[in-house]
Amino acid sequence: MDNIAGQKSGLTIATYVSVIAIVLIWLIPTVGLFVSSFRDRDQISASGWWQAPFSVVLADAGRAQLDTQKEENGVWVMKGNIFQDEDVADRFKSGNSSVTAFGSRGRDPGEFPVGTTATIQNGRTLTVAANGDYVMTSPEEITRRGPRVYFQANTPPDFTLDNYRTVLTADNMDRAFINTLTVTIPATIIPILIAAFAAYALAWMDFPARGLLIAAVVGLLVVPLQLALVPLLNLHNRIGIGQSFMGIWLAHTAFGMPLAIYLLRNYMVGLPRDIIESAKVDGATDFQVFVKIVLPLSFPALASFAIFQFLWTWNDLLVAKVFLPSADESKVMTVKIADDLLGSRGGDWGILATAAFVSIAVPLVVFFTMQRYLVRGLLAGSVK
Amino acid sequence: MNPLLQGIATILAGVGGCVAYFYFSNLVLDKVIFPARGENIGRNINRANMVRPWLFLLPAILALGIYLAYPVVASFYRSLFNRGGDEFIGLGNYITMFGEPEFRQSFLNNMLWVLVVPAAATFAGLLAAQLTDRMKGGNLAKSMIFMPMAISFVGASLIWKFVYANDADIGLINAIRSLFGAEGSVDMLQVPFWNNFFLMAILIWTQTGFAMVILSGALRGVPEETIEAAIIDGANPFQIFFKIKVPQIMGTIVVVWTTTTILVLKVFDIVYTMTGGNFGTEILPSYMMSYMFRDDGRATAVAFIIMIIVLPVMIWNIVQARREFR
Repeated sequence: MDNIAGQKSGLTIATYVSVIAIVLIWLIPTVGLFVSSFRDRDQISASGWWQAPFSVVLADAGRAQLDTQKEENGVWVMKGNIFQDEDVADRFKSGNSSVTAFGSRGRDPGEFPVGTTATIQNGRTLTVAANGDYVMTSPEEITRRGPRVYFQANTPPDFTLDNYRTVLTADNMDRAFINTLTVTIPATIIPILIAAFAAYALAWMDFPARGLLIAAVVGLLVVPLQLALVPLLNLHNRIGIGQSFMGIWLAHTAFGMPLAIYLLRNYMVGLPRDIIESAKVDGATDFQVFVKIVLPLSFPALASFAIFQFLWTWNDLLVAKVFLPSADESKVMTVKIADDLLGSRGGDWGILATAAFVSIAVPLVVFFTMQRYLVRGLLAGSVK
Repeated sequence: MNPLLQGIATILAGVGGCVAYFYFSNLVLDKVIFPARGENIGRNINRANMVRPWLFLLPAILALGIYLAYPVVASFYRSLFNRGGDEFIGLGNYITMFGEPEFRQSFLNNMLWVLVVPAAATFAGLLAAQLTDRMKGGNLAKSMIFMPMAISFVGASLIWKFVYANDADIGLINAIRSLFGAEGSVDMLQVPFWNNFFLMAILIWTQTGFAMVILSGALRGVPEETIEAAIIDGANPFQIFFKIKVPQIMGTIVVVWTTTTILVLKVFDIVYTMTGGNFGTEILPSYMMSYMFRDDGRATAVAFIIMIIVLPVMIWNIVQARREFR
């Protein structure tokens, strides 16, 4: 369609530029989350995710090793490598960090440039080299503990899977993942068959009140979920289901029903009348027509509803908060993140990013592999 | 029992139960109640065919009736009672609520959401649909804009926490501010009034893709001849878009608009995870959740207010569907 009348090349360039801008705006927040989930927690708080490929300056402190203390020429000397201090080693395990400055007071960890010999309190001197080797001298023997050595080190980017390890092993997040699966799969599969039979009846069977029922389904499509919460929870409590997986399966099945019937009916009405009528002339019952002809032909619509329902149940927070017990072992991922991680781990951005990414990874995979059906379902539902 | 095993058992029982129900109920209808043989064969077949639709519909009607229709009535009924549910107080819950500044604020905030989010999402979706239409690589661009739809609102909120964070080393916006030399950092979620719009941006971000996909389908359906005729008459691209294409897809634009409006009235997740309703960002769904489990009378009253707001859309939808059906 290039070069047709009415299309100007200047406009085409402007179009490309604006599309690229929109895509970037839409993509950047998610990329940020993804990058952050692989970063070390110290690095996250020291520099933004967009600076992830660059080194960051981290400040820390270790102690001079007392057991290296020897008397040389009338002064007591301690030597060692600050990166090997046990308090420090864990943060700088990559081994590529270099000291940029050091100090003797926590207030000012970068008081002296690297390599200089500084005179510090009590007549002591301290020097730290870029590779972390330090020498401390003291006029008297130091007896109790080694004095602290503060320093700032330039640390190369550190991409790690630690966050994933923490998220998937601690905090019951693994359990929450399984719970989400447990809620989602039955709640996706069970409504399909029920809705398909109903949709067939509304599309191809003639009976009084059919129009009324279709109108009712369209009306129920927009009933706010909030209305259902209190009465249904009370109902579940009365009949003994209470807050349980059984309760949430029933709830999701019913809440997905209007959309399922609506989508499937719209699709089934469009199937060729000839096929269905000739099957009936040949003596097929409605049950046979449905099972042998309509159901297989409706596969695209079934698939698109299944994707909708899967995404909706996987991502749901409201229904899970109300219909599942609030005990830790039955929380799904969305509840876990919203209630536990944001509260107790509010400041641990690495863990938050990773937990969020774990919870959105499965829907994203489903989305990108099944996008065709999703789009087709959306269009069937609203473009006439 | 292990919930996962219980889940698998439920799938088998649920699907098996449905298949068995539909199969055996048809069998019983055809062979036992109205058998297609004997002296009344003609009448029996007709009667069986009159009953059969209801067999097909029964499970769906039960589900819809118990889980969606009954609660509308039951919620309204419950909202007329006090907190414990033992004393009838008429419209007491509603009257107390309207007297509270907190409720009025969440009502007004919600109106703001209803005005801004559907308009912005539909407009952005229309723009994206038109720009990517027939463009090389347009489908890839569409995929990327559509992607947030697969992300949960909780996930989306966390993603945007990395944009709004009150720290130039984490939050993108504060980083941009400090790049331009601004001093200190701003907590975006505590800026009065405007924080509502920052929260709306998250929902717009997730819903634009939905609008784009539907509207781009509609744009493809615009007859080529009308556009060609306009080009021959010397219309410029903007005139073609606003005067030829948009009027022809108006029906779809309205559908997208109303669908997003309904969604806005359901979503409590974003406010709940981002601010917990603090700093003047409460909306009705999150206000309701703060009373859920504490005061059922109040919670159902809020839910019923949401229902009343939705009612015009519901009636309009039904009228449209009836017209189409005829």
